[in-house]
Amino acid sequence: MKKFTSCSDLAKYRTEQKLAVSEVRVGLDTGGLAAGAGEILGIIKEGVAEADLPVVVRRTGSLGLAYADPVVVVKQEGGPELMYGEVDSGVAQRIVSDHLGKGELIQDHVIATRNRATEFDDRPTTAILIKDTGVNGGDRSKFFQASFEQEVEISTLDPKVPILRALDMGIYDEGLCVQLLPSGVTYSNVLSPDIRRIISESLQNGRVIDELLVKDPDPQVRIVLRRCGQVDPENLGDVLAHGGYAALESVLSGMSPDDVIEEMKTAGLRGRGGAGFPTWRKWKLTREVEADQRYVICNADEGDPGAFMDRSVLEGDPHAVLEGLILAAYSIGASKGYFYIRAEYPLAVARIRRAIQEARVAGLLGDNILGSGFSFDAKVRLGAGAFVCGEETALIASIEGKRGSPSPRPPYPSVRGLWGKPTSINNVETLAAVSPIIENGGEWYAGYGTEQSRGTKVFAVTGKVKNAQLVEIPMGVSIRTIVYDICGGVLDDEDIKAVQTGGPSGGVIPEKHLDTEISYESLSELGSIMGSGGMLVMDEYDSMVDVARFYLKFSVEESCGKCAPCRVGGYQMQQLLDKIFRGRGKVEDLGSLRKICRAMQTASLCGLGQTAPNPVLSTLRYFEDEYQAFIEGGSAYARKMRKQLAEAGEQAG
Amino acid sequence: MIQRMIKATINGFAVSVPAGTTIYEAALGVHTKVPTLCKHDDLDPTGACGMCVVKVAGSGKMPRACTTPIEDGMDIITHDGELNEIRRTVLELILSTHPNECQTCGRNGDCELQTLAGEFGIREEGFKRMIKDIPSDHSNGSIVIDFVKCIKCGRCVQVCQEMQDVSALSFLQRGIDTRMAPAGDILLADSPCIKCGQCAAHCPTGAIVENDETSTVWAALRDPEKYCTVQIAPSVRVALGEEFGYEPGTNLTKKIYQVARRLGFKAVFDTNFSADLTIMEEATEFVQRFVHGKGPLPLITSCCPAWTDYMEKYHHDFLDNFSTAKSPQQMLGVMAKTYYCEQMGIDPATHYQVSIMPCTAKKYELERTDEMFASGHQDVDVVLTTREFARMIKQSGIDFINLPDGESDSILGDYSGAGTIFGATGGVMEAAVRTAYYFVTGENMPDEAINIQPVRGLKGVKEAELEIAGNKIRVAVAHGMANVGKVLNRVRKAREAGEELPYHFIEVMACPGGCIGGGGQPYGINDEVRRKRITGLYEDDRDRLLRCSHDNPEIQRVYAEFLGAPLSERAHKLLHVTYKARQVYLK
Repeated sequence: MKKFTSCSDLAKYRTEQKLAVSEVRVGLDTGGLAAGAGEILGIIKEGVAEADLPVVVRRTGSLGLAYADPVVVVKQEGGPELMYGEVDSGVAQRIVSDHLGKGELIQDHVIATRNRATEFDDRPTTAILIKDTGVNGGDRSKFFQASFEQEVEISTLDPKVPILRALDMGIYDEGLCVQLLPSGVTYSNVLSPDIRRIISESLQNGRVIDELLVKDPDPQVRIVLRRCGQVDPENLGDVLAHGGYAALESVLSGMSPDDVIEEMKTAGLRGRGGAGFPTWRKWKLTREVEADQRYVICNADEGDPGAFMDRSVLEGDPHAVLEGLILAAYSIGASKGYFYIRAEYPLAVARIRRAIQEARVAGLLGDNILGSGFSFDAKVRLGAGAFVCGEETALIASIEGKRGSPSPRPPYPSVRGLWGKPTSINNVETLAAVSPIIENGGEWYAGYGTEQSRGTKVFAVTGKVKNAQLVEIPMGVSIRTIVYDICGGVLDDEDIKAVQTGGPSGGVIPEKHLDTEISYESLSELGSIMGSGGMLVMDEYDSMVDVARFYLKFSVEESCGKCAPCRVGGYQMQQLLDKIFRGRGKVEDLGSLRKICRAMQTASLCGLGQTAPNPVLSTLRYFEDEYQAFIEGGSAYARKMRKQLAEAGEQAG
Repeated sequence: MIQRMIKATINGFAVSVPAGTTIYEAALGVHTKVPTLCKHDDLDPTGACGMCVVKVAGSGKMPRACTTPIEDGMDIITHDGELNEIRRTVLELILSTHPNECQTCGRNGDCELQTLAGEFGIREEGFKRMIKDIPSDHSNGSIVIDFVKCIKCGRCVQVCQEMQDVSALSFLQRGIDTRMAPAGDILLADSPCIKCGQCAAHCPTGAIVENDETSTVWAALRDPEKYCTVQIAPSVRVALGEEFGYEPGTNLTKKIYQVARRLGFKAVFDTNFSADLTIMEEATEFVQRFVHGKGPLPLITSCCPAWTDYMEKYHHDFLDNFSTAKSPQQMLGVMAKTYYCEQMGIDPATHYQVSIMPCTAKKYELERTDEMFASGHQDVDVVLTTREFARMIKQSGIDFINLPDGESDSILGDYSGAGTIFGATGGVMEAAVRTAYYFVTGENMPDEAINIQPVRGLKGVKEAELEIAGNKIRVAVAHGMANVGKVLNRVRKAREAGEELPYHFIEVMACPGGCIGGGGQPYGINDEVRRKRITGLYEDDRDRLLRCSHDNPEIQRVYAEFLGAPLSERAHKLLHVTYKARQVYLK
């Protein structure tokens, strides 16, 4: 990579880049690699080389479809971009031989998206994707496939269009769904008599059947994740070709730090680490403090159980985070920055390190960036995995080489932070949202979300959900939409009991509140929090007492031990919960729990201790009957419940 | 610069305080004390205990009074039913991890946790008790750590790491397993501990206490074969009274002489006497080095055993700069077991010398090197801290408050004003300069100059340029171990650069305030107490007929009859020591 010496230099390079016409992208993030994506990449590379196909094979990060890893995206000249999920070595070989070699798509592995194309282009339909999304009864895809094939057979179509069962179509509970490729026109609730109509009207006459078109749009909007799964995270050239550092380019060619802060204010972006403090205000406060040195820190100490949003962004698009950090530094007037990343994220660490290295070589980091006179450099600091080090002041202590314990605030890091200097600490997701805001304007970003909570938020949806995955949605979308319309609903179509948000600092939201529009305020009113974006789905078989125990145990183990309310309070609550769970609890124990909760919430030193009672309080609020059942049922009931939970665990695991 | 004033309301009372004042401090101004178990006047507040939460109108959160600066317009409630309940819960939680062993605890009756539990009227155990089985650390003869009594307030760790720059203590593990321990989980004896005892002086409970040796002394007093004598350190006289309800700084020298005799000591010596002796040797050393160029400068005082230990561990590039004169305690010990025994016809083997010190490190000094046995016997047999001595008096049933005055013995008992100010930071320097002036000029300092103000006071590092017969002497006084590095680094820098030395004479005391703030003094130390105790010593100095060590007739007598002259061969043998580099960690 060459060194860019000016903004126009960079702009020129960007326009010269051409994106590959035909390519195969393999999602190589931690999840993909664990599922064997490394091997898949090897097979496809080798196969393409052997067959001498005019196709580029690239590594990318992940789209976040954890349930479908490994994921491979195939784009061929003239054809639609197709995604394959659950790719094993056999499927990988067929992608080369059948798809790339002969243009034949592969059965049962295509992942389509909820496409809202409403007309056909001039290309003929070359494949029909089908998926039975009905939740009642078995999967009738094969039956519908046979029906379709029969209709195609007897039609006058030539060539005969192949019918493919899709792995997923991003549509749920809307009966038989049909997507016509390459146009993407998608029909839902297709009934048997419709099949012939589709063949004759849509395929033969190129007419869209309006009443069958998918109604609701895909609620997802990818801003933070925009380049995850698109770009090679270890190739700056590819990132630049996909628009990387365009925001930096425009800022350095004419925006003052105050302009950037003003744009961020218009955007209304709030801290995505969970607390939701307005990002522009944090920057402004840090900027306003007189100092000879200021720092920016990227908080990449993601630690909530089940959360992998930040990891995916760091692994999928590290340059987006780095660009955000550079823009933050420019805005507050910092010349040095740190990525604080937990050592358990080795791939994220490696990719950020590489991104820093590449950016330095290219002149996007270091002295006199793009000839603008602005200088900034960043380093990586590894965290040892203590959850509390995600708390700002503990994080700073950790970078300084001290024991990772929080300190009282005020003084806030914006006034006295790292090495005593004004410091702005922003979460990975927050920083990744900065460059799209600068590129598209604050108003564009503020157009998403709710009045108080603007923009989009990434959630990691896990637990008893069909498609465990990352979702990025504008604020204001309901939890029910996420669970049912994006993630396909509850595993085995059981009834949902509650959704846990905010990890160990959050709480449970019962079924009756699932239609609540997601925002910082609404979740906190429900006794939970937005948090960093963990979302755990629980069904009727989950015990809320056990859920409270699980999260509390996490906080108790991760308490730094500095302040008495958290150190001892958490432990004593755990004792009480264990006692109740063993069937030995007394009614007074609930009073003791509430008493400790109150003391911890008010008298703990940092957010960890202040919020650690939330899982207990929220389960007590919505499911006190479950606690009462353990207390009244005694050890016999407790034994029964434990057995039931163990069995459910075996089934799930 | 005029400080901005903050106007706010606390419990309905208007307050106006300088910007930066915490809610805790502001509340004191309206006669309200917010409870705390971790905040200490000497230390930056850390907010560890959680007891001091208060309410601020319009805020859902409860800030900590100890760490939160008061802001304009704040409407603060420090006490109400809800706050009381929260504090009570926090206190119950802390008590649930603290053993119920008040009766057998070193802090019984003088414990911050016990006091608070009493005030809150805790009558039953709120939560199931959880005590870890961790054995106490008795490895270090000066202080004992009883880990299970630790409430993790963090004061000792702060003291050890920040105030004293030693870092022997740290926190290990996390969550409910968090514990204070010597860094690296080793024995205290193998750690960098310098035995200053500041951890014990700041501990709110009985987790760190002095190694109590009162029973050893009682046994010695009962032993008919032993001839028990005692020496009283300078700073003990202005602090002991606090244990009996006197104001800090009340000088009880004569009452202490009397009570020592009542306890059964056959002779009562005053360490102030040997402080004068130390000055004779040390001032001579200084004149030798400064005027005659015999030996390196700056000369650094060495009468604080915690400091010598620290120097031997961390700053041993300064070994040759140390005054080789023994500390007053050790000088008195050796004189008592040689000269005094000779004079009185006592077999030194039966002579048992007890020393009453403000200091826990003095317990370590007794056997620090072979030179501590210069008399042929252990020169001082046992050290009691001021707190232990107070305990002995209370056990004896003596009505200390109404006790008439007594006198010290006539040899090794009289002292000059210079000897008594040894107990205050800057005092050794001041005393040495008074005598050095005499040695150089042959005259005493004029009365108006004898109080050397620039070296007095509680500033961490005090620097001054003094004049003796046209010679400019640059001096520095540091107290609190963390202040020493700065001073020594200046010297190092000048040495490296080949520049003129920044100082000729440096006084160092490990404890802030000097010995009056020692680790063995009555509890409740802060700068106000330090100032009062220091004032007590300076008043003693002011009121002495003789203000200079060389004028002490008993000093003149021991040189005439026994030692010859300062730095004589005999003086060297009995009154001087050597130093060596020591490992910071023994493991």
